[in-house]
Amino acid sequence: MKLDLSLYDKIFENRVRLQIMSVLAVNEEYDFNSFKEVLEVTDGNLASNLKTLEKEEYIVVEKSFVDRKPNTKYKRTTKGLKAFENHLIALENLIKQQYK
Amino acid sequence: MEQKDLFKELGEIRLLMEKSSKFVSISGLSGVLIGCYALLGTLLGYYAIANPEAVINRFASGLTIPTLFLIVALLILTLSLLTGCLMARKKAKKNKQSIWNITSKSLLFAVSIPLITGGVLALVLLSQGYYHLIAGILLIFYGLALAAGSIYTFAEVKWLGILEICLGLMAVCLPDHGLMLWGLGFGVLHIIYGFIVYKKYES
Repeated sequence: MKLDLSLYDKIFENRVRLQIMSVLAVNEEYDFNSFKEVLEVTDGNLASNLKTLEKEEYIVVEKSFVDRKPNTKYKRTTKGLKAFENHLIALENLIKQQYK
Repeated sequence: MEQKDLFKELGEIRLLMEKSSKFVSISGLSGVLIGCYALLGTLLGYYAIANPEAVINRFASGLTIPTLFLIVALLILTLSLLTGCLMARKKAKKNKQSIWNITSKSLLFAVSIPLITGGVLALVLLSQGYYHLIAGILLIFYGLALAAGSIYTFAEVKWLGILEICLGLMAVCLPDHGLMLWGLGFGVLHIIYGFIVYKKYES
């Protein structure tokens, strides 16, 4: 059987991006500092990967102020969730493939 | 990619989904302690009902039995909240997590709506003299709060909530046994729940 890679998403080859999307798949919204805490990555690494996902329209950014401090929240888009689900299916298929 | 890596990757995604959406710093032992406070309160309640004059004269001159119950209940509530928060903070520190994060906020918000509603309703019933309904109402709304908050923490909390609701409904039907059912719900169930969480996640 030929391996179907149409569902595999190159964007998610990066670990941090896949992790960000995993968090946003189960949380309505998540803020920058909470991401930092749960993923244990540096500010720069996190920011650049969030930017990539935003450019792909996998996530949307909402900027606001809480007590005069900037508070940036991220949400998944329908497109992003679909891509994430497809990517998981692709990974599962890869595993199934190797069992044969 | 190797199969082993793929499994690891999927496992990590799952773990991250759990970790990012559930607040797991609630200490099992604090559940046991809170249950003990409630049992002590229940015993005190039984004693006060059996010997109302003795209790009023000795401890609380000028108070009525309902007011005394309210004071004891508020004392238990304060002590329980304090114990729960302090022990959660300790556990969070041990796991290098913060206690005030996005999941604990969601948990608090989900829990507080039924909890505040139930609290206010209980105060209204108290002021209007419907004493026999209060134990059941407290149990029911506490159970609803747990069920609502359970999506943000241990799955066991959902079952604790459902059991509290069942006891609460029983207490409304059998008001004569209200105090006993209250003790069962807030005392015994908390102790059992605390032990289960402690055994399963902490030891």
